[in-house]
Amino acid sequence: MASSQKMPKETLLKVSHIDVFQGSFQALWDVSLTIKPGEIVAIIGANGSGKSTLLDTISGLVHPTKGSIEFEGKNISALEPFHIVDLGISQVPEGRRVFPDLTVLENLIIGSYTRKARSKREQNLQRAYQLFPVLEERKSQPAKTLSGGEQQMLALGRGLMSDPKLVLLDEMSLGLAPILINELYRILREIRDRGITILFVEQNVRRSLTEADRAYIMEVGRVVLSGDVAKLREEEKVKKAYFGA
Amino acid sequence: MTVLADLATPVVMGILLGGLYAVIALGLSLVFGVVKEINIAHGDLVILGSYFGYVALTVLGIDPILSLLIGMPLLFGIGFAIQKYLLNRAFKISMDATLIVAFGISIILQNTYQLIWTPYARGLTTPYSVESLSAGPIHIPLVYLLDFLVAIVVMVFLHEFLKRTYLGRAIRAAAQDRKTAHLMGINTDRVYAFTFAIAMALAAIAGVFLGLTFSFTPVSGMSFLIIALGVVVLGGMGSIVGTFVGGVAFGLAQTLGGYFFGVAAQMLVAYIMVLVVLALIPRGIFGR
Repeated sequence: MASSQKMPKETLLKVSHIDVFQGSFQALWDVSLTIKPGEIVAIIGANGSGKSTLLDTISGLVHPTKGSIEFEGKNISALEPFHIVDLGISQVPEGRRVFPDLTVLENLIIGSYTRKARSKREQNLQRAYQLFPVLEERKSQPAKTLSGGEQQMLALGRGLMSDPKLVLLDEMSLGLAPILINELYRILREIRDRGITILFVEQNVRRSLTEADRAYIMEVGRVVLSGDVAKLREEEKVKKAYFGA
Repeated sequence: MTVLADLATPVVMGILLGGLYAVIALGLSLVFGVVKEINIAHGDLVILGSYFGYVALTVLGIDPILSLLIGMPLLFGIGFAIQKYLLNRAFKISMDATLIVAFGISIILQNTYQLIWTPYARGLTTPYSVESLSAGPIHIPLVYLLDFLVAIVVMVFLHEFLKRTYLGRAIRAAAQDRKTAHLMGINTDRVYAFTFAIAMALAAIAGVFLGLTFSFTPVSGMSFLIIALGVVVLGGMGSIVGTFVGGVAFGLAQTLGGYFFGVAAQMLVAYIMVLVVLALIPRGIFGR
């Protein structure tokens, strides 16, 4: 290759055989997962299947006792959350968790807290406003005065302010109206088209298997099935368990 | 008419004194609001500011207010170190552990003050600290007016800092939701250290103005801690405006209590008011 540009790495995130404990309770057992740049990947599973724990482990809020997590070839399994955000992994947590007493704009600005993100703040702010015009309209309001859907948009916009390469989305559609969910997933594809890789956690199996490129299905802390969504939709086990066929 | 004229001085003095109480309580309120620690060494750290002003004045001959240019960064650094090396570590064990560490710091400071400066009362006596002002029926010491002005300046600065800087926003974010603050790339341990450091820079200011207003001894910290706790209970923990209102309410209760029931009862009146507010609005006047 004559090009001076670096080839995009084959794998963006590689989780290999991790065990994770929450106190004395083992939440993840030998979980492995890989994500390539530009993919939308879903993690599907019921409550308590370990989906959120997996995202929190990637974010560095909890650390695996076994196995490793590599991001762009660098082992990140022992790093602190602020370090991981700085490397380019952003999490949009379950339940939105906007800062209630900060204004919409302040919430967005706090998303660009890391040193690297600060220099790109204006550019990322404009991108967030483009994706979610309502946030610009309401920028001076305290976040707690927004509706649930608007808070989810704010959480997503805030997550993009750190200029991430990979966004982890936890239960984005929980408690929202179907029309709003459609809109959010449309925006998600737009975000991916701008070059950001997405890993999302979802309880809605049907939705996940349409929106994602690939999916991992988890049950009580283990990955039980994975692959392209088209293939997964045809799996007998999936049909039986989730579509009642 | 004469009753009103007689009342004018305690009312004005109470309000102005409230400014001093607010400055003393501000650091306590900030640390509680953000780190959720009750820093029971706060009063003793304020007195450290008083002794710093005392040394500056008596040994170096520097005006105590001017000496804050050194005193504030000094206490800022001490505060940063206390949170980083002691309280952050204790915090990972339990909340009770931070309380015990702060109690230990309090005892160490009190005894150090006794060793160095003896148990005798000290004060910061400058030409302006003995001046007084008169306007009609109102007679007040000049320092009371300074206390109040400083309170306004300090609170405006703190408010603007928390609103306009990255660190200020990070402090507010960490106060509201620690886990999500982590996800924003905020190093909360570092933010807590800065919060405590800022509280100590405020304590340096509080200490100097306390020393200009009252005399102090190595154990004065405890009484001012209790006043500061009363102020934040009144105003609501973690709110700047609430701390100011709490300070003024406390100051007024004290001077009016003294006016109506005699000086011996003035603190009693103030604490009874704290208890009443605690019973009726447990979150304080501006509490969330």
